[in-house]
Amino acid sequence: MPEADVVLDTTVESHFIPRPFRVLRTKRETHDVFTLELKPEDGSPLSFRPGQFNMMYVHGIGEVPISISGNPAKPETLVHTVRAVGGVTFAVRSIHRGDILGIRGPYGSVWPIEAAVGSDLVVVAGGIGLAPLRPVIYEALARRQQFGKLILLYGTREPEDIIFEKDLEEWRARFDFHVFVTVDRAIGSWKGHVGVVTGLLPKASFDPANTLAMICGPEVMMRFTAMEFLKLGVDPAQIYFSMERNMKCGIGLCGHCQFGPYFVCREGPVFPYPRLKQLMTVREI
Amino acid sequence: MIKIDLQVLGTLVSLLRKDGFRVLGPTVRDHAIVYDEIRSYEDLPIGWTDEQNNASYKLVPTEGKSLFAYAVGPHSWKQFLFPPESPLVRSRRTNGSMELSGAQQAPHVPLAFFGVRPCELHAIAIHDRVFLEGPFADPWYKSVREKLFIVAAQCTHPGGTCFCASMKTGPRATQGFDLAVTELPKGLFLVEAGSQRGSEMLIRIPWHPAEPEDVSEAERLFSAAATSMGRVLETDGLQQRLYANLSHPRWDAIGHRCLSCANCTMVCPTCFCSTVTDGTDLGNTDAQRTRLWDSCFTADFSYIHGGSVRPSIRSRYRQWMTHKLATWVDQFGTFGCVGCGRCITWCPVGIDITEEARLIREQTPEAQPTSQ
Amino acid sequence: METLKPILSQHPFFKDLQPEYLELVTGCASNVRFDADSYMFHEGEEAGHFYLLRTGNVALEIATPDRGPMVIQTLGEGELIGWSWLVPPYTWHFDARVTDLVRAIALDATCLRKKCEADHHLGYELLKRLTVMMEQRLAATRLQLLDVYGTNA
Repeated sequence: MPEADVVLDTTVESHFIPRPFRVLRTKRETHDVFTLELKPEDGSPLSFRPGQFNMMYVHGIGEVPISISGNPAKPETLVHTVRAVGGVTFAVRSIHRGDILGIRGPYGSVWPIEAAVGSDLVVVAGGIGLAPLRPVIYEALARRQQFGKLILLYGTREPEDIIFEKDLEEWRARFDFHVFVTVDRAIGSWKGHVGVVTGLLPKASFDPANTLAMICGPEVMMRFTAMEFLKLGVDPAQIYFSMERNMKCGIGLCGHCQFGPYFVCREGPVFPYPRLKQLMTVREI
Repeated sequence: MIKIDLQVLGTLVSLLRKDGFRVLGPTVRDHAIVYDEIRSYEDLPIGWTDEQNNASYKLVPTEGKSLFAYAVGPHSWKQFLFPPESPLVRSRRTNGSMELSGAQQAPHVPLAFFGVRPCELHAIAIHDRVFLEGPFADPWYKSVREKLFIVAAQCTHPGGTCFCASMKTGPRATQGFDLAVTELPKGLFLVEAGSQRGSEMLIRIPWHPAEPEDVSEAERLFSAAATSMGRVLETDGLQQRLYANLSHPRWDAIGHRCLSCANCTMVCPTCFCSTVTDGTDLGNTDAQRTRLWDSCFTADFSYIHGGSVRPSIRSRYRQWMTHKLATWVDQFGTFGCVGCGRCITWCPVGIDITEEARLIREQTPEAQPTSQ
Repeated sequence: METLKPILSQHPFFKDLQPEYLELVTGCASNVRFDADSYMFHEGEEAGHFYLLRTGNVALEIATPDRGPMVIQTLGEGELIGWSWLVPPYTWHFDARVTDLVRAIALDATCLRKKCEADHHLGYELLKRLTVMMEQRLAATRLQLLDVYGTNA
């Protein structure tokens, strides 16, 4: 039915059209996780806040939501860490330096770093969940004196699955940043901690009465981690998750990302725990 | 309020076409009343009524030459403002660069809807809220919607599955139209203008002033219609009751009946879910992204790496119904349901949303306040 | 040993234990130390003691033929190793390899079992504490079992 010729009302910007970004660098983090550094073809940097995501388009194949994993203070380079789990992300894995991807964004809600000022800040990451948290860690380190203790608890499946090794080494070397890494299981040569990331919580010394927790990882891991924080006496309103759902548009129009009354692309992906608590007890919601 | 007859109503159609509008309205096709292009008043379904019930729709000829003696059919107006298939983005890859451009194109001519029911006016207003009033608007929808001319038809013949009175969306509309028509017996129509454009249109047709008894007859018809609806849905406290009963056993019962065929979402005038598909030419140079209607009933609607969040039909039906009657209120400030009854009529196994809401309400103690 | 009582009373496991029971337990306690890379015990050996770690780290391992020893849990300061001493036939189900020099309090299993049989109140106090620890370990193990970081694809 739509026919040619009529000029569209361009005062309403079309958020359906991706912007081309060129791949500067690719880095293999693990066997199925890789990080891309991108630069916008039109030179206009993509400013974002930690916690936000972009819709990443691969020519002819499709679009997926990917959290931004770079430094918000350096928006000239866009950084995404991608895990190859399906059609589009498998295609992204074969991307080389010089290739072009389409980017729409940034979308979504942000990690409440302002609310953490003056408190201890505990960041808990599971698996690839460290990627959406890395921007808030960069920012917290840049504003270090505004927070009390700064703690990272990072759990993953096996030592080979640890991402951002270079960052972790640098972070561990600081005296004002406590970094604990654990794996679910390991072969004998691993010298570090083995056990679930929730087990690290009682060891990390922070003041439960004055702590803000940011948690990102598989839903099961986030739920159990929240329970541990609650057991230690942290106020539920001080706990934040980053949720994930199927997205086709990223802008609240396609309906796919609904989680109860929330559009994860719009009211999320970062949510305060009280909003999610009831919903997470309902199966298949 | 003015009064005209069927002939003059027909000239309204011609005037709109002369003004360059593509007039869309009800017409008979495939034993149903659907919405398609109307070239003259002869395309309109004169002398028809319908019998609608769970999983059943039947067109029946009437004795007189009434124009609007039926309720709504399987089509809704959403197919014109939110097309089932529309191109979105074009991507062209050449020599190491990528050109990305919008592929949405507004229709060649503006549209006029002829015979929009009050429930459907509410459905259009609901879509306005979704596609225009959120943080991100749809430019195609905006451009078509701005030029849209609406001739509403007030309802005097509620259908077998209608419940607009319960949803407070009918049988009479007071706003959202350029012109509104009320059919009286004896082939006469009361017409009122709802906008500047509407008033300007009325000046161009021959009319008589409506008599007080014409207006009271219309009022009587509306009152009768409001109390003879095919279905009733109690909306008081409905949202809270649904939120408190997300694990109610009734969902299991529905899950066993529902085929997950998505008919309800296709005929529903407010459903707006979509997906995007990708295609390229053989050389992978030119790629296109196309938006298609989608339905929360499809198995992979909620797919995230590894599996669907809602693998069971039970949970998908619950998603649809609680969206219409509970979460929509939190998202957009109104119910998502306008009481048109299409989902009841066109469900192949006859699931009735009003019945399910009633059963869930009756089979539970008073709702606990939700912790939303 | 008299000097171990204050150390025991400060260990989280014995928090709030009545002084007379602490006295009984101390009677079965001794100070031990294990060097890094040594094994505190091996799978199949008699569980003659259970250990309260004071400092250091221990990796609990299960030997597999194809992949060598798999570490299933690491434990550190303040944590407790072992409940096999309570469950017949009182043998260990895994290896415990010291990763960082360990100083621990070893509690003699035979001694403690005799005292628990003689005074059930003592037995109950110990079991109460052990059950909390077992519940935590079980919950953690279940989470590890879920392999939440793996892809189902």
